[in-house]
Amino acid sequence: MQLLNLQDTIKFMSIRRFTLAFSLLLIIGSLASFATKGINWGLDFTGGSLIEVSFDQSADLQKIRAVMDEQGFRDATVQNFGSSKDVLIRMAPMENADKTTADSKMVGNRIMESLTAMDETATMRRIEFVGPSVGGELREQGGLAMLTALICILIYVAMRFEWRFAVGSVSALMHDVIITVGLFSVLGIEFDLTVLAAILAVIGYSLNDTIVVSDRIRENFLKMRQGDAEEIIDTSLTQTLNRTMVTSITTALVLVALLLVGGELIKGFATALLFGVVIGTYSSIYVASSIALGLGISKEDLMPTVVEKEGADQDPMMP
Amino acid sequence: MIVMVLAIGALYSAPNLYGEDPAIQVSGLRGAEVNTLILDSVVAKLDRAQISFKKTELTTDRILIRLNNSDDQLKAKEAIGDSLGEKYVVALNLAPATPAWLDAIGATPLKLGLDLRGGVHFLMEVDMDEALNKSFTQMEQDFKADLRGEKIRYRTIKRDLAKEAIRVELRSEEDIETAQDFLEKRYQGYSVFEDSSTNEFDLLVKMTPEKISEIRSYAVEQNITIIRNRVNELGVAEPLVQRQGQDRIVVQLPGVQDTARAKEILGATATLDFRLVDKNGDLSAALNGRVPPRSKLYKDSKVGPVLLEKKVALTGDHIIDASSSFDEYGMPQVNISLDSKGGSKMSAFTKDNVGNQMAVVFIEYKKTDKQDANGKFKLKKVEDVISVATIQGRLGRDFRITGSGSQAEAHNLALLLRAGALIAPIQIVEERTVGPSLGQENIDAGMNAVLLGFGLVLIFMLVYYKKFGLVANVALAANLVMIIGVMSMIPGATLTLPGIAGIVLTVGMAVDANVLIFERIREELKDNRSPQQAIHHGYDSAFSTIADANITTFIAAVILFAVGTGPIKGFAITLAIGIATSMFTAIVGTRAIVNATWGGKRIEKLSI
Repeated sequence: MQLLNLQDTIKFMSIRRFTLAFSLLLIIGSLASFATKGINWGLDFTGGSLIEVSFDQSADLQKIRAVMDEQGFRDATVQNFGSSKDVLIRMAPMENADKTTADSKMVGNRIMESLTAMDETATMRRIEFVGPSVGGELREQGGLAMLTALICILIYVAMRFEWRFAVGSVSALMHDVIITVGLFSVLGIEFDLTVLAAILAVIGYSLNDTIVVSDRIRENFLKMRQGDAEEIIDTSLTQTLNRTMVTSITTALVLVALLLVGGELIKGFATALLFGVVIGTYSSIYVASSIALGLGISKEDLMPTVVEKEGADQDPMMP
Repeated sequence: MIVMVLAIGALYSAPNLYGEDPAIQVSGLRGAEVNTLILDSVVAKLDRAQISFKKTELTTDRILIRLNNSDDQLKAKEAIGDSLGEKYVVALNLAPATPAWLDAIGATPLKLGLDLRGGVHFLMEVDMDEALNKSFTQMEQDFKADLRGEKIRYRTIKRDLAKEAIRVELRSEEDIETAQDFLEKRYQGYSVFEDSSTNEFDLLVKMTPEKISEIRSYAVEQNITIIRNRVNELGVAEPLVQRQGQDRIVVQLPGVQDTARAKEILGATATLDFRLVDKNGDLSAALNGRVPPRSKLYKDSKVGPVLLEKKVALTGDHIIDASSSFDEYGMPQVNISLDSKGGSKMSAFTKDNVGNQMAVVFIEYKKTDKQDANGKFKLKKVEDVISVATIQGRLGRDFRITGSGSQAEAHNLALLLRAGALIAPIQIVEERTVGPSLGQENIDAGMNAVLLGFGLVLIFMLVYYKKFGLVANVALAANLVMIIGVMSMIPGATLTLPGIAGIVLTVGMAVDANVLIFERIREELKDNRSPQQAIHHGYDSAFSTIADANITTFIAAVILFAVGTGPIKGFAITLAIGIATSMFTAIVGTRAIVNATWGGKRIEKLSI
């Protein structure tokens, strides 16, 4: 069995101007959404308190809101979580609260007490409290992690392949990250620590794809005697297309499994990765390869190292 | 070799199949020992309550009793209860039911993270500003006392906030020199210099960076010690108290649900009092109920019954440091340093009391089983006399207590003395509590996701690559076993929900290596190579691609591990292990199977 039985080379690169415009449009859209809508940062990054409570029957959100008002948490958001019996209550960090008083730490416990008083079937499922300083640090750390990962990958690919591929694959990665985060911004899905992990996993996955394609392009540049760069890239993409599809399908299969039965806490993670796999597959074909092509990759650039050593004094910028 | 690696992987993942026994754990507090006597009395209590148990284990620091089910576990805890006194803690535990032969080779089951087990995670921050503040106040007081003692006249000594130093205003150039000389000799870890920005005779005393980091470090270490002590009081099995970064402490209490109580106990301060032993009071009369009004009787204190005066000679917040060492006769002693105020108080107090006995009373707040109107557990003030010693002479800022028993006891006493003088308060900056029902649900959801994802991939591969798909599936199963085996082998690795997600993701991505190889073989077949050649070429040419692709993903995983915290780390570990094992199984493992099946034969057609 085969997904696609291709006899002819698909002219991937012939529409690269169109796809480049499409990618740019998505990136601009994402950036515009960051600027206008912003990102719905989760508790991990903003700080604050969160309580998940489950009841035996469907929860009466109005009543819970009333209890919260009574306790003096007017800005608390109360919503269902997963099912109608589970309720998630969130509160912004209390800025004025004296940090040494027991007050700010005991918020979760106090609310739990009053909810149990309202309905004794209320059981605590989880309480989370993150101080505002910790949240800010995490955001910095997350950004730093992303940046370090990209730089390390850039160096590795540049060493192993060629700088044009490195620029191409890192652009593809940034493209994936921006658009995936953009999706979270547009849809207003909460962005928490697990989503950050998912985005970093997307980097890993998309890179995997890009490397496989680049590897084949390099091989074909050395093997194929005729044909210009565009033709060779098209041939390579066609040859690896089946593999790209199969791996995307198996990965998507497990992610769908996670999304369906993995539970509420893992939903954001699965959503980010699922979308990232799709966008990553697209970007390894249309962003990484077409940027390498646009930068003028040629046969001479990919000659084995022995040859490169002889011309080591040449300016690598020259085509 | 492949068989061996797989066997080891399987062996070390095997303990996960055995599950856990509900157990009761008894451990001693403050140096109290567990021994066969205690074990016998516990067993006798269980027999009386007609609770059967599987097995008892006695190790140097705890007794573990394995029970048949969790109902028995609760009953047993009640039966043993508080009968052992306050020196022992009885806690519920889940002991892995790993067979002895597996245990002997170090095979242990996976540790589950708090999100799967249920429990509390606290991140506490030590208030470093406060620690430095205290040091400055301390310096101010000490300088004043010492300069006065040396008869060096000063105008004022106060903290200069802007310069982060202590400003000593003197009256003449000469004084500056003598004061500088004196302070430099008397105090280590400070830099003393003249303030050139003013025309006055001013000295500035600054802490060296090493001194500051020493203060920080000490404040964190001290808090960790105190938190450990209190966590032990909570009776939690396998708690974790660990330093994180410069000024944070992570506390993880698996299985604890009542976070309010945990917070109260962790946040409560222990204090110390120095009090005089009531030498005029009649101890035996007091034991019979006639306690003099000026005194208080401590009946079951650590040092035996003792009658102390109610008047407090000195409170523990004057203690700066306490350590244990040996005296000139090689006997253990405890050295205590007080701040200058405490020093003069102590000196005044001991002047009239040479020859009398002085006691150290340790005061703590412990949970009780009683609840108040709101259902909260009440805290009770627990006082214990931890040392009684004769005052040999007039004491000053530095003194020592000898004759406090063994070296371990001296060490313990020093620790408790330090606990009485908390340098810096701590506050909770992060809290995560997972209820037991959610923990179990997370495990179930994670398991279901792994099984469903695994099943879907198996079916897909079988349909798509037929016999070769079967080979890939065998490799995938082996991969899963190896990930769990390696995770169980690494001592610090815990399985969390994101960790399970990492495993699921690895299952999806692990087949990639095989997909690459198989697609290569198909291509080679299309180019009219013979099946044998196709297999050979397929594996060879796919290898560098697989290596490159996996190394880059591995870089991402390592960075995630280095920068991330808690749950992210869990994800990164499984991802990294998954990459390593999947490369092994996909390249080496499948090749071996393929060679065994198709190798050395003349084949016309491949089932791929």
